[in-house]
Formats: sequence, structure tokens, C-alpha cells
Amino acid sequence: MNHSLTREQMTTILQGILCLVLFVVLLQVWLLTATTNAWLGGDDSVLWPAAAASAACALVNCALLRCLNRLTV
Amino acid sequence: MNDTHPPAWRQDFPIDWPQDHYVARRDFTKFLVLTSLPFALVQLGIGLVNWFRRDRGRWPVRAIAPLADIPVGSVLSFAYPDDNDPCLLLRLDDKTLQAFSQKCTHLGCAVTPNEDKKCLYCPCHKGFFALDSGRPLAGPPRRPLPRIRLENRDGIVYAVAMEVNPS
Repeated sequence: MNHSLTREQMTTILQGILCLVLFVVLLQVWLLTATTNAWLGGDDSVLWPAAAASAACALVNCALLRCLNRLTV
Repeated sequence: MNDTHPPAWRQDFPIDWPQDHYVARRDFTKFLVLTSLPFALVQLGIGLVNWFRRDRGRWPVRAIAPLADIPVGSVLSFAYPDDNDPCLLLRLDDKTLQAFSQKCTHLGCAVTPNEDKKCLYCPCHKGFFALDSGRPLAGPPRRPLPRIRLENRDGIVYAVAMEVNPS
């Protein structure tokens, strides 16, 4: 399937993946900031849900990277 | 030099710009994924640090002063849980004792009682905390002062625990 893609198509797919990865990383930055703020304020109830969410984000990014690696130039 | 006849150097060293952009964006995406993993690890690390801290043990029990030596309306300074953690013990009335950490939750300056306004006052950035609960009243602080849990044992006031986020 990859061999049938033109370079423009691959570039478009790459840009889409890049946007998704960037969004997920920004989400992780916000998660880390909010978690740290809550933790320093004495609220530790959000630590594990936030850690699970951040790990899920990392897995999503790894899956997107795998999709990216399937694209051949 | 015009568009129909590119310079000789470009013919000798042709650069495939679309390919170059593709590779640059692909590498940037890989870099972003690489930064995503440490974020998740740091989140997990915070959870583990909190878990180990909670599991580390109980708060120490330290005697502060005999209750008879604390007049109503007076303020007594003491240290809890370590000698480097200054705290204030306030006797608001006959039956009410309150103790708070003296470190302002804004930037750690020492708070002092403000008798006129019946509150605790941080002189560094004009932060005010309620005497009875330690909650922030005005100024930059957004978090309440850590409260020290007290117990009266045979007429001696003891500090037995610290509530970092008193409700």
C-alpha cells in the first residue's frame, strides 16, 4: 500500500501525524503541570489517574510513531 | 540567472527540497515521541515518590508546652516535625488551640500573628491567613497553612501530626 502513495500524500499523512503527536505532547505538559500543582498543594488524589493518562498518551504517541515508520519514502 | 536555467552549482548539487522537508518533519515527530515518554515517566515517578512518602512512617510526637503555661490569646513558637520547621501555637480561647506551620505557602516567608485583624500575616508579600483555619484570606497565597494536629495529654500539649492540606 505504501508504494502506491505519492510523496505529496505521504507528506500530508506525516503532517497529520505530527499535529496529533504535538497535541498529545502538549496535553502531557498540561497534565504534568496540573499534577505538580495539585501535589504541592497537598492533593495527591489525582496522581495515579494523571499518571495513567500520561502513560496512555505515550502509548498513543508510540502507535503514531509506528504508523509513521510504515511510511516509506 | 533565470528560472529556466538554474545555476551550475544547483545542477551539480541538486537538493530535493520536498524530500528534505519530509525528513525534517519526520525526525521532529520522532523527537516529540521521544519527549513524550519522559513525561509519562515523570508522572509515574511523582506517584511513586508520593507513595513512598506516605508509607515512610508516622509523624513524630513532640511535646510543646504545658497547657497552663499558655495564656489565652497568646502565641507560642515551636518546631515540628523537625527543628528546622517553625510553627506557631495559638490559644484562641479557653478550649481552642490551633497550630500552623509558620512557612507561608506562597514563598516560604515566616508568617506572624496580626493582632488587629485577627489573622496571620506574611510581611513579604502581604499575605493573610485566618487564625482559626489557616486558610488564605488575601494576598498571593492560594493554599492554606499546614495545620499541626494537637493533643492534650495530662495537661501537656503535644504535636502529633501535620495536615498539609487541611479541609
